[in-house]
Amino acid sequence: MRINCPYCGERGSEEFAYHGDATVTRPRDGGAGPNAAWIDYVYLRENPSGLHRELWYHASGCQSWLVVTRDLRTHAIARVELARSVALARMEPS
Amino acid sequence: MLQKTDHFDAAQRSPQPFRLPTGGVIDRGEARLFVFDGKTYRGYAGDTLASALLANGIRLVGRSFKYHRPRGILTAGSEEPNALVELRDGARREPNTKATVAELYDGLQATSQHRFPSLKFDLLEVNSLLSPIFAAGFYYKTFMWPASFWEKIYEPLIRRAAGLGRAAGLPDPDIYEKSTAFCDVLVIGGGEAGIAAALQAARSGSRVILCDEDFVLGGRAIGESASLAERIAELQAYPELKILRRTTVFGVYDGGTYGAVERVADHLLKPAPHQPRQRYWKIIAKTSVLATGATERPLVFGNNDRPGAMLSGAVSRYIHRFGVAPGKKAVVFANNDEVAGTLAALRDANIAVAAYVDPRAEISAALRQAATACGATVYTGAAIKTTLGRLAVTGVEIIPADGGVVKLDCDLLAMSGGWNPALQLTSHLDGKPVWDEKIAAFIPGSLPPGMQVTGAAAGDFTNPATQPLWQVRGATGKAFVDFQNDVTANDVKLAKQEGFTSVEHLKRYTTLGMATDQGRTANVNGLGLMAEITAKSIEQTGTTRFRPPYTPVALGALAGAHRGQHFKPRRLTPTHQWATAKNAVFVDAGMWLRAQYFPKPGETDWLQIVTREVTAVRNNVGICDVTTLGKIDIQGRDAAKFLERVYTNGWDNLKLGRARYGLMLREDGFVMDDGTTTRLGDTHYLMTTTTANAGKIFQHLEFCHQWLWPELDVRFISVTDQWAQIAIAGPNSRDTLRSIVDPQFDISNETLPYMGAQELTICDGLRARLFRLSFSGELAYELAVPAGFGNALAQKLMQAGEPFGITPYGTEALGVMRIEKGHPAGNELNGQTTAHDLGMAKLLSQKKDFIGRAMAARPALTDPNRPTLIGLRPVNRADRLRAGSHLLPPGAEAVAKNDQGFVTSVAYSPSLLHWVGLGLLAHGPSRLGEIIRVYDPVRNGDLLAEIVHPVFYDPEGVRLRG
Repeated sequence: MRINCPYCGERGSEEFAYHGDATVTRPRDGGAGPNAAWIDYVYLRENPSGLHRELWYHASGCQSWLVVTRDLRTHAIARVELARSVALARMEPS
Repeated sequence: MLQKTDHFDAAQRSPQPFRLPTGGVIDRGEARLFVFDGKTYRGYAGDTLASALLANGIRLVGRSFKYHRPRGILTAGSEEPNALVELRDGARREPNTKATVAELYDGLQATSQHRFPSLKFDLLEVNSLLSPIFAAGFYYKTFMWPASFWEKIYEPLIRRAAGLGRAAGLPDPDIYEKSTAFCDVLVIGGGEAGIAAALQAARSGSRVILCDEDFVLGGRAIGESASLAERIAELQAYPELKILRRTTVFGVYDGGTYGAVERVADHLLKPAPHQPRQRYWKIIAKTSVLATGATERPLVFGNNDRPGAMLSGAVSRYIHRFGVAPGKKAVVFANNDEVAGTLAALRDANIAVAAYVDPRAEISAALRQAATACGATVYTGAAIKTTLGRLAVTGVEIIPADGGVVKLDCDLLAMSGGWNPALQLTSHLDGKPVWDEKIAAFIPGSLPPGMQVTGAAAGDFTNPATQPLWQVRGATGKAFVDFQNDVTANDVKLAKQEGFTSVEHLKRYTTLGMATDQGRTANVNGLGLMAEITAKSIEQTGTTRFRPPYTPVALGALAGAHRGQHFKPRRLTPTHQWATAKNAVFVDAGMWLRAQYFPKPGETDWLQIVTREVTAVRNNVGICDVTTLGKIDIQGRDAAKFLERVYTNGWDNLKLGRARYGLMLREDGFVMDDGTTTRLGDTHYLMTTTTANAGKIFQHLEFCHQWLWPELDVRFISVTDQWAQIAIAGPNSRDTLRSIVDPQFDISNETLPYMGAQELTICDGLRARLFRLSFSGELAYELAVPAGFGNALAQKLMQAGEPFGITPYGTEALGVMRIEKGHPAGNELNGQTTAHDLGMAKLLSQKKDFIGRAMAARPALTDPNRPTLIGLRPVNRADRLRAGSHLLPPGAEAVAKNDQGFVTSVAYSPSLLHWVGLGLLAHGPSRLGEIIRVYDPVRNGDLLAEIVHPVFYDPEGVRLRG
């Protein structure tokens, strides 16, 4: 698999470390306690047949965390974004 | 090696009786001597081992896998299921090498395999008589009981009887390489279609790589096309076109990535110095053209595996490419018009053709003409019942259209059951081949992105007319479907009878297609046969898909240079040279090589050495390289805020020039790592991690920042390699340091107290950082200097400490002292322990959010029944504790339900003069003083120990604050 890192260009997937689901967000309740939101965040994962958003880390490259939109059936990568940009956009009041 | 006299004799003895006087792309001026089963023969440059054997009249080449049937040469390519030999000897011996692709070189040595004691007289041929036992599923039926017999009796017996050649059993003496290449167009296959595709791409200016598994370009056109040389010359003129001969593209992967193996030196006696034997290519191609041609199918009739029965395309190839007559009198049996080429080749080579046999009632005039031109009697609507002979074909029995049997003498049977496009690579990314009635074969279905298929691989045949014949009715004797795994037509029928009709079941039950050839000559025949006997269509019966590799790949090629010590990098500490001079014994610690202990002359017992080192630190002073701890430089206005969130304890009040111990959890509430972080400036911190987790924690910090809290103004960089860090520990450590720290810096207890840090200079101006940290429990420091000065610093410290008897100590002494002090380390920070388990619940701040806070609050994670950190002291002080022992109530039976915990770390304490241990025990902290059973079934240990506080040495911490 080849991942098009926004900083480094297209590189082989062996340079990257896989982390997992990028669709879950850490609850912003200050770590209140092991409630349902936390259980979901830490343990529950979707395995969609189709496009999924995943976190990858360019470990042997620029050390960027990336959000990779990938089709789990074909491994075709539709989009690669900097995780930082996605996270900042998420924080903006909608 | 061959001797000179052997050369001469061999040349005399080896007249190559089956070599044609002319023709072929071999060099008759370049003799190549080789040895097969101990006898020397002669061939020519340009031969394969198979063509040279045939030229010398050798037709019996091996024995079959299960029944030890005599086998010869079936094909002329990489699909060969029969002619498998052990090539070379000694450490380079390689079993299951296909004689049909092994390029002949001077001095080649090959040995037939699967035979005992000799090829012509094989005692295990008796297996053939036992075939009712060895039929499909025999593993599952015959060797079931008693179960205990499997490992000791059945399996070794079957392995000896079946075997697949012998591996060398010695380290591979050759080197391998990996290489990566990029191109616009990758052309796979160098036959007519591949050359045309490569030329077309090159003419348009594309960067092209052409891979061909053969050592000569041209595929089936070699020796048959006059214009081939011109086209190859044109190819070679393009600077942006790279031709990789002897290179098999074995797999297709995501993102236009292709795996290929180039056999760089397999055609040489041995590689030249520094020349790799094979090179693994990773090719990243924008587009690819598959031009792998087609593979012929055998026909399924009686004794179709006898040496002398050969695929018709192979017959043409041996004649036209190698100038070899595969026989003197042939019978040709085919169900398609492509065989006309073989008839023409036999005629060209003046090989008599006794008969042409075709199951079709009507054949084309052209085909009939081709057959009669060779003098063959034509039998239509007919089939071959069986071959005759023992070790080679001596004749055939034909079932003509009007019944009865015609018996004919011949020594060659050319057969063709039709052609399968070599579409394996099209299905590596889940593409599903589709059945094409017109050519009675599978053609590529959906293709990997960017791939096109051309020529015969796409099912584009010159003479497509064919009529499938999956088995000959009325055949006698074993009729083989899968030659390499000895699967017969009867096995397929048996599988059907027993209900294994799905293709995947058929494959697993009979092992059809599961040999190293991946059933390239067998799969479609097996499928067709199953469709026929279940009265279904091929589509209804299914298809098989293929996985990489297309042909077997040596593990050495995939490993490349990454083997032995080069499997992963070995990192040396900055003081490695000094430690080596000090006679250190080294140990692998993560990727680092660290000094384990430093034996003095005459010391042989490690425990004695470690005890001496610990005693020296406790009484005087010692030094130890601690560079390997991860060091992460953290800077930014929000650095403190960030530390608050990744550590469980508080950081907002850490003063400048002070260090603090910190604990990190994973988000699921379990302990991830620990270490100290020092505040070097207003917005500047230096974090240390455990050696093992240095990379992981850096990644974690980047994750937290980039993904969770991008709004924080903070940045990280790993400085593990930039700073050499040496621990100076013991009551005389301050006095030792005093003489190397430049005089203007005050390092007294008042200015630099426990957990203090200072940036200063040493040795007259060298920039350094001094941390007053103690892992040993003594007055201790860690001194960091730019990495290049580490070795010199160790030497300087040894001089400075000489008056105090300064002693180098290694990781063992470090470990003993941390156990005496009850510090959790790797054995306790095992990914399954919580802060509560390690007695560090008080470090979980209640005032802030941090990674793992919410989940650490789960009731089960703080259940006092969870094994919790305690110390252990043997009741009988002479007893030795062992890590891994189980903790049980005294007198309780040693069964899992009575298990209350286990011993994590042990050490002989030179301070207490007995063994001490750390362990995790249910309700541990409330059981101090209790006696517990320490049970070690692995090493027959069974003793009693007292449960004590985990800090054995200086529990008040007086010494480290001294």
